[in-house]
Amino acid sequence: MVKPEVIKVIDYTVDVAVIGGGPAGLAAAVSAHEHGAKSVVVIDRNSWLGGILPQCIHDGFGVEETGTSMTGPEYAEMYIEMAEKQGIDIMKETMVLQFDKKREITAVNKKGLHKIKASAIVLAMGCREKTRWNVMISGDRPSGIYTAGVAQAFINLYNIMPGKNVIILGSGDVGLIMARRLKFEGANVLGVVEILPYASGLPRNVVQCLEDYDIPLFLNHTVTCIDGKERLEQVTIAQVDGEMNIISGTEKKIECDTLLLSLGLIPENELANNIGIEIDNITGGPTVNQYLETTLSGVFACGNCLQVYDTVDVLSADAENAGRSAAKNSAIQKKDKKIIAKIVPGKGIRYVVPQIISEPGKVHLTLRVEKPGESSVLHMVAGDKEILKKRLAWVNPANMIGVDVDIPHEVLTSTQNLEVILVDR
Amino acid sequence: MTDERNITCIVCPIGCKILVKTDGAQFEIVGGNKCKRGIEYARSEALDPRRMLTTSILVNDGEWPLVSVKSSKPVPEEKLFSVLKEVGGTAVKAPVKSGQTIIKNAANTGIDIVATKTVLTKEVD
Ligand SMILES: Cc1cc2nc3c(=O)[nH]c(=O)nc-3n(C[C@H](O)[C@H](O)[C@H](O)COP(=O)(O)OP(=O)(O)OC[C@H]3O[C@@H](n4cnc5c(N)ncnc54)[C@H](O)[C@@H]3O)c2cc1C
Ligand code: SF4
Repeated sequence: MVKPEVIKVIDYTVDVAVIGGGPAGLAAAVSAHEHGAKSVVVIDRNSWLGGILPQCIHDGFGVEETGTSMTGPEYAEMYIEMAEKQGIDIMKETMVLQFDKKREITAVNKKGLHKIKASAIVLAMGCREKTRWNVMISGDRPSGIYTAGVAQAFINLYNIMPGKNVIILGSGDVGLIMARRLKFEGANVLGVVEILPYASGLPRNVVQCLEDYDIPLFLNHTVTCIDGKERLEQVTIAQVDGEMNIISGTEKKIECDTLLLSLGLIPENELANNIGIEIDNITGGPTVNQYLETTLSGVFACGNCLQVYDTVDVLSADAENAGRSAAKNSAIQKKDKKIIAKIVPGKGIRYVVPQIISEPGKVHLTLRVEKPGESSVLHMVAGDKEILKKRLAWVNPANMIGVDVDIPHEVLTSTQNLEVILVDR
Repeated sequence: MTDERNITCIVCPIGCKILVKTDGAQFEIVGGNKCKRGIEYARSEALDPRRMLTTSILVNDGEWPLVSVKSSKPVPEEKLFSVLKEVGGTAVKAPVKSGQTIIKNAANTGIDIVATKTVLTKEVD
């Protein structure tokens, strides 16, 4: 009989604990250390650092930040080296299970159970991909259906080809990049199916991943049925109308053995949710103030678990803000921070991060608009007082907008909402 | 110059469709670019299209079975698959360091293939 072993509990106390060792977590950890946090630990469940980046072997990372176009692994190594140089503690192959309101983290790895008491926590858990069940595609349940990111890991990390004849649903950047990657590895990419009237990825990727190799892009189309006993045998695609209803009679069957789903990303926030941290329904990430502090004091959020970013450059810059705030917070331990004003997305605006302003001064906003447009003006108003007015030549929901705004003291004392709106010029 | 074609500018996310007239040697913009940066892009795309190549190469005895690689410079478009073929026939032995040249003068293009990741030797346990 196996004797029940006593679980070993290992205790630590740190200034800043970062959950997730992707680019966001690493940038936050480096910044926390630079801003005075003495003991910083990064915890990641993977056996490597860099999060999703080592599998993103294409280039295009870091252009805004460094002026050169790096591949994902190169960008990751840049931050890994910085973290190592600063002596930041790294716990790999360690899964965070929970943390409590006193910021005590419970994590587990092969050595046992770890209790980590942190003065400040930075959440950097990244995001995960939507699956077939997020869009409810009917039909059989054969093998051969993967999310695009899983296929990317198979090919780029583990040297496994997911299939031969491939259909890709969704024209986001990951899907487009996978189309070219599969082509390079000798697969037949039969087409990319997109429900919108335009590709949702960058023009650069439409040109260099599809057009270069004559891969068809079926706009205003979706996959309506999946057939296959053991392995995928065929999918049915059909055209949709302006309301995204399927137009009957347009169905077409395509024989294939592999279906990749590139349907978008969902911030990973079970840990935050479980402890009652408020989550913004639109971003899918925690509600934060300008220091990227969540509604639980001393807990900060950054990276793709805060909101899904377009480029890693902007993500890292925001993550540095979270790391700096965490370092300061762990030194001062401010209590009982009052919400002073809420930022509300008004006409034409989908969301704004941060959602809360808790002190006057310069604030960096990131936001998305609701629909594409030209020659618009972005306003921020408190009652009848205008705080920001900025002309934008061109806007698109796929492109996050960043603006700096100075929030005057008197606006906050009157406890009004700060409304952000977009108007046509 | 009879051949008219649309070139999608990729310099910024707007992605203007620029109409150009070209015969492969000469080049003229018809219109469609919202800013000047599009002109240079359309010219090089019409006369000498090149692409950065990123892929992976087999690693023996490594902690990972593959190492990611890139071309040292953008590769002329018509040479992409010749370079890929050479990459496909290559394997390296761990350890590989990021930045290390793995293939010199790939497919006679004068362009090298360089590792973009460090892959250490597999620990035997
Ligand atoms: C499949 C895919 C492909 C992408 N391709 C591109 C691209 O080509 N270009 C681009 O700019 N962006 C791309 N992105 C976006 C990319 O996610 C970001 O650029 C960036 O990697 C996000 O950084 P992050 O640190 O927020 O998250 P991640 O890189 O995802 O890192 C999060 C880390 O947190 C860890 N973690 C999560 N929960 C726990 C837990 N409970 N305990 C311990 N560790 C935990 C994870 O293991 C992971 O390592 C892609 C995203 C995905 C999902
Ligand atoms: S022409 Fe100018 S505005 Fe248009 S896509 Fe190119 S860089 Fe952008």
